[in-house]
Amino acid sequence: MDFAFFLIQLLNGLQYGLLLFLVASGLTLVFGIMGIINLAHGSFYMVGAYLAWSLSSMTGSLTAAILLAIPLTVILGMALERLLFRHLYQRDHLYQVLLTYGLILVFEELRSLIWGDDVHGVAVPALLNASIPLTDNLSYPVYRLAISGVCLLLAAALYFLIQKTRLGMMIRAGASNRDMVQSLGIDIKLIYTLVFAMGIALAAFAGMINAPLSSVFPNMGSQVLIICFVVVVIGGIGSVKGAMAASLMIGLAETFGQVLVPEVAGMIVYVLMAVVLVWRPQGLFGKA
Amino acid sequence: MNSRLTQLLPWVVVGVLALFPLVDSPFYIQLMTKVLIMAIFAMSLDLLVGYTGLVSFGHAAYFGLAGYALALMTPKYEAVSLWWSLPAAIGVCALFALITGLLVLRTRGIYFIMVTLAFAQMLFFVFHDTKLGGGSDGAYIYVKPAMKLGGFELVNLEKADQFYWLALVLMAATYLLLHRVLGSSFGRALVGIKVNEHRMRALGFPVFRYQLASFTLSGSLAGIAGYLAAVQYGFVNPEILSWHQSGAVLMIVILGGMGTLYGSVIGAFAFVILQEVLSNQAWFGIAAKHWQLAMGIFIMLVALYLPQGLAGLARNFRSKPVAEAGDE
Repeated sequence: MDFAFFLIQLLNGLQYGLLLFLVASGLTLVFGIMGIINLAHGSFYMVGAYLAWSLSSMTGSLTAAILLAIPLTVILGMALERLLFRHLYQRDHLYQVLLTYGLILVFEELRSLIWGDDVHGVAVPALLNASIPLTDNLSYPVYRLAISGVCLLLAAALYFLIQKTRLGMMIRAGASNRDMVQSLGIDIKLIYTLVFAMGIALAAFAGMINAPLSSVFPNMGSQVLIICFVVVVIGGIGSVKGAMAASLMIGLAETFGQVLVPEVAGMIVYVLMAVVLVWRPQGLFGKA
Repeated sequence: MNSRLTQLLPWVVVGVLALFPLVDSPFYIQLMTKVLIMAIFAMSLDLLVGYTGLVSFGHAAYFGLAGYALALMTPKYEAVSLWWSLPAAIGVCALFALITGLLVLRTRGIYFIMVTLAFAQMLFFVFHDTKLGGGSDGAYIYVKPAMKLGGFELVNLEKADQFYWLALVLMAATYLLLHRVLGSSFGRALVGIKVNEHRMRALGFPVFRYQLASFTLSGSLAGIAGYLAAVQYGFVNPEILSWHQSGAVLMIVILGGMGTLYGSVIGAFAFVILQEVLSNQAWFGIAAKHWQLAMGIFIMLVALYLPQGLAGLARNFRSKPVAEAGDE
């Protein structure tokens, strides 16, 4: 493997890992703060991708589509939290699993009714449709670099929001003691709604920006969901830092796995998870 | 209901079910066979979810593994003997459950749900990506297993009614076994662990070993169901260990009422029939194509409004409603 080829795989792995982080961070926040297991999280990734496809074919621009779709997914997230998830905070995880499993079926069928079952491609925005030559016959697409950049920016913003702002402080306080926060006059219900909608918007946004690379297809959410579970298990529930470390680890492991040992590539991430479970059952950054 | 009648009831139900092949319609016999198979599968999961307090979302792994074990053991054009292939398939499941159990039981709660799902998914990729079981196309079982006793054919699995009776016997055996296990001191300890793990540990119970034993037994029993399912369809593909299968069986356990073995049987019946009705094109026409929409909504309603399942509903009718324990 020469250096240029290695560099391409490295960049692909990082880009994939950063994208996973967007989906997994929402998942881990909702777990950590609200104690909810949301199997339907992957469905929002799918909804994002389909919105990007249908809106960009209407408006002719992916950027416009994304700008239109983000408010839509935030509204969807808030509505679902108000109507469904709110009833599950005090319930056993078992019922959360069941409800969100039902939700996956509903989302898949609605997707089939609204958008059909075909695979669709989404065009890369013209501005980013270029590649950087690395050697005579190898080059790297600018769009992938742009995705990595956007993901890094969002990760930094998320870190700032949670660690440095007043809202972030309330979120963290709500995670450790809901009742106490409420007694102090903070509207914890509103905070939960916001966190949930943020998680969903992040997953949907990941689906949108990745649509030109992965194309848009039925059941695309469940693949991402299960990998994100592995990310959350390895990183530790509720830890955004852990989600970042685990996402990058898995992104790189899977990308290099597919190049070096394609036969067993699908299993590598699970073996990684098993090793972490033996070594640190609470995850790399989880609290014991 | 007095206790004598309660004791007799399972036998009456089995007796009535044994007469079912009199309907003489292969379609309905096969449908009911599917109900029996799912009932075995659901009872095996109920041991974990309802009695040991471990919510596994990867139970299809053991179901599918047994199916693949049968497919791999069956020679291309001749029958494999059921006498050794069924125990072998169960053994493979027991071994896999023991190994995964050692890992997944290090975790609790949400982690446990995700990790069991992830391990099932790992197995899915093993069969999907490698040539072992025909990859994503799956593998055929051209000749169903033979069940001979000294040259005499005891049960002909190719015949719908005889296969139905075999499934019924195995379901009754699974019920009896679990009933005995749960009535034993081992079963009592499992329920104790479900209610308060720390207290049981403080009382000196080896909690981890008890849970591992329960996990292994549960995986092995799921193997019986998976073996039968593979025989019924004569075909296995990675879908039988997909997470949709794990979700469906969890749904059956809750729909029936977890922590009651007979609830799993009721749940299997209700779920399989509902699935059949909703996807019936003659009744629902074009809507039948999107039957999963109705099923999804139904599942959500059960999760929200029927946490104790159909068995709980029946109990409420029989006696005064009591305050529901735990999760409300």
